[in-house]
Amino acid sequence: MARYVTSKLLYTLLSLFILITATFFLMKAIPGDPFMSEKEVPAPIRARLEAQYGLDKPLMTQYVNYLGNIVQGDLGISMKKLNQEVGNIIGQTFGVSLRLGLIAVVVSTIVGVALGLLAALYHRKFIDSLVMVVAVIGIAVPSFVLASLLQYTFGLKLGLFPITGTKSLLGYVLPVMALSAGPIAYIARLTRSSMLEVLNADYIKTAKAKGLKWPAILWKHVIRNGILPVVTYVGPMTANVVTGSVVVERIFGIGGIGKVFVDSITNRDYTLIMGITLFYGIILMAARFITDIVYVLVDPRIKLTSGKEG
Amino acid sequence: MANDNITNKQSLPAVTAADFEPVNINERESEVIKRESLTAWRDTWERLRRNKVAMTGLVALVVIIIASILGPYVAYWVHGYDYQTNDLMATNQKPSALHWFGTDDLGRDMFVRTWSGARISLIVGVAAALIDLLIGVIYGGIMGYFGGRVDTIMNKFSEVLYAIPYLLVTILLLVVFEPSLGTIILALTITGWINMSWIVRGEIMKLKSREYVLASRSMGAGTGRLLFRHLLPNASGPIIVTLTLSVPNAIFAESFLSFLGLGVQAPISSLGSMVENALTGWMYYPWRMLFPAVLISVIMLAFNLLGDGLRDALDPSLKNK
Repeated sequence: MARYVTSKLLYTLLSLFILITATFFLMKAIPGDPFMSEKEVPAPIRARLEAQYGLDKPLMTQYVNYLGNIVQGDLGISMKKLNQEVGNIIGQTFGVSLRLGLIAVVVSTIVGVALGLLAALYHRKFIDSLVMVVAVIGIAVPSFVLASLLQYTFGLKLGLFPITGTKSLLGYVLPVMALSAGPIAYIARLTRSSMLEVLNADYIKTAKAKGLKWPAILWKHVIRNGILPVVTYVGPMTANVVTGSVVVERIFGIGGIGKVFVDSITNRDYTLIMGITLFYGIILMAARFITDIVYVLVDPRIKLTSGKEG
Repeated sequence: MANDNITNKQSLPAVTAADFEPVNINERESEVIKRESLTAWRDTWERLRRNKVAMTGLVALVVIIIASILGPYVAYWVHGYDYQTNDLMATNQKPSALHWFGTDDLGRDMFVRTWSGARISLIVGVAAALIDLLIGVIYGGIMGYFGGRVDTIMNKFSEVLYAIPYLLVTILLLVVFEPSLGTIILALTITGWINMSWIVRGEIMKLKSREYVLASRSMGAGTGRLLFRHLLPNASGPIIVTLTLSVPNAIFAESFLSFLGLGVQAPISSLGSMVENALTGWMYYPWRMLFPAVLISVIMLAFNLLGDGLRDALDPSLKNK
């Protein structure tokens, strides 16, 4: 186990290193530099500025410094927001996104598993088809489309929920719906197929035969065994929620990190873009890493090899 | 003894040899295949055709493809405007006989823009999927066919690359390089091919130990013949399914990027940027969002339905998974 975790960790770090290297050299490939503005900067001042930020050093030295800074959690200074550190901007806005994302994750897991379970229990009945239709639509409709349509129907036309902001609790309803639709659809499909398999297993027949009550069978045998594939979905779900939150925050005017990201792209605030990209990258890779580990912990049947299939 | 018992009780008439008639077994005739012999592809097609949901997806796709090719020309031919002709006297018009889907904030026709946006989405989706296919088959084919150390090294490399979140790489590339149709497709394929290469690798590994491969090899077939004549055709099922399901992923990515302003640049229309553009006035002009939003969803839905159906048709044992 320890060996497996170490090798997974090493690969994750290697991937992260590639991403960091890519961000650095891509940033260098951008024409122009941070000190370009409408006003011409006099040469001596420019030289001093470059010395201050270490831009006068050779590329490889800059690269090593960049790596060192990132290890210390220093992501540099925003190019467009005066004197604001990228790390601080992320720190200030991440809380909002995290709260939204966590609610979405919890909602999608509960609703998704419940829907999938219902569909499996009523296999080939009306409820099953209904859940599958919802699941297919949930996968097909992009989050930004869903968010816009929800905002229009429930926010504007029906006036049930606030159109923007998360000042009140009600404000969370629409963004969370938009964020969790995709994950719900995936989890429902995963749960359904895995539960169907479990329901046909011999040990369920045994449990029935020995006279166990149905709720007990469901809880002790069906759900416990059928929930496994959902665990593998932790990684992709994080990716969905993160990318989804970028647009959902933009649409619902929520001041989280996603909105900052969209704004930084629009303003071409390169250091901010790179910083948030790295931040997102770390979250996503960590999620994938945790998924790999948790999956092995939950299911001892999985062989501890390279484990790509796991 | 038991026999005696039965005959005694029910007193059946005696059966003699004369009661039996010889059945004429014509051995040749019994070997004749009565059912029309179907190739694997015909068989798949028959199964797919009976799947109503998948066929709905297929028909919807065909309609959308035709409409996205012809739609802009039809509007040009009837009304004489194209995707960038703007009429500042007629901005934010409701759908009418002149503008079938209304007009946007610059007075450009939404019908033309929606369908040419769909065209961009389809081109990006299909082109990215095809490039993924090409790289994936080559890379995965080498991994699966040669195995051993080559496979280990190449597989580790793809794993490391795969762990880098693909939308982030795409965003980074498009921020730095000027977004155009070419760069978007390129950015999407940089890590997009990995999944396909794993599918191909798995299939080839499974197939290469089959007897027919051994037979062909023992008759002196070279690597090329084995790969292209035996291995890849037999792996084509999962490859086609992966291909079909990777198109909507690329289309989603394209519309997501356009929504962020990193897609094809104005005045060329894209469904994602149209939705983004409509956000500013959606309270008053909801149709500006409705048409592109619905179309992008229908395209993704259709590809997903078709892909699921193809998977069931190519491998019926996977049904309901």
